Amino acid sequence: MDPAASVIELTLESSLKHMEMVEEIARRVSKAAGFGSEDEFQIELAVHETVINAIAHGNQEDPSKKVWLQFRISDDRLEIHVRDQGSGFDLSKVPDPLAEANLLNISGRGMFLVQQFMDETQVVTSGGRGTEVIMIKRRKPQTQPHQGGKDREPEGHRKTS
Amino acid sequence: MSLKATVRQVDSVTVVDMSGRITLGEGCSQMRGLIREQIAKGNKNLLLNLGDVTYIDSSGIGELVSAFTAVSNQGGALKLLNLTKKVHDLLQITKLYTVFDVHDDEAKAVASFNRS
Repeated sequence: MDPAASVIELTLESSLKHMEMVEEIARRVSKAAGFGSEDEFQIELAVHETVINAIAHGNQEDPSKKVWLQFRISDDRLEIHVRDQGSGFDLSKVPDPLAEANLLNISGRGMFLVQQFMDETQVVTSGGRGTEVIMIKRRKPQTQPHQGGKDREPEGHRKTS
Repeated sequence: MSLKATVRQVDSVTVVDMSGRITLGEGCSQMRGLIREQIAKGNKNLLLNLGDVTYIDSSGIGELVSAFTAVSNQGGALKLLNLTKKVHDLLQITKLYTVFDVHDDEAKAVASFNRS
């Protein structure tokens, strides 16, 4: 992780009532990172989908469980971590929503949209610590402030989409 | 702001002007209830005007699919009117743009029900 990154952290209760505030924060962070309106919408929706997953599916809306959300703005990327206290899921086992047989399914498009909108998406499930979704959106060179030339890969990340 | 909907009748078509958010929770529940109510009333030609829908998520998209299937199963038709760019893009990405009959002119959309 880049020690010079700007970090914004939130701890949320497992309730959908704060979703509009979460989306607002995602928009503001995206704007602060220099993203344009289309990227802003994509980031906002990716955060919305992962936080909703964490609250509704991961934590089962259990009020005793929390969702942890972190934004890290560094020179070349916006990195977003969403962690819940659930048992996790395997991204590779989510059915393809574009397959003919699944096209009229009512659910199953959330993580697909996240993968479409973010440059990298990874799901990490660790026993006892819940599930963490890590998403990266690369900053375009012309939108980055000139703060030096750091270009590190965060540990343990791999491209899955 | 959750979902708001106004229902009006134009010829044989029930036009539903929707505004606000179609997202997991209240927005999706409201939409589900509204569609069920219209089907129960025998209104099977539904035109959903999404021009003032400010936000839709994957659950909202699922709710549109559910409404489409429910109306089709009753021998009716559900069509969409006035998609915002965001909704349009989401339907494109999810390949649903080809499933729904999408219009941007209400009169033509209403007329299309008589042809189908």
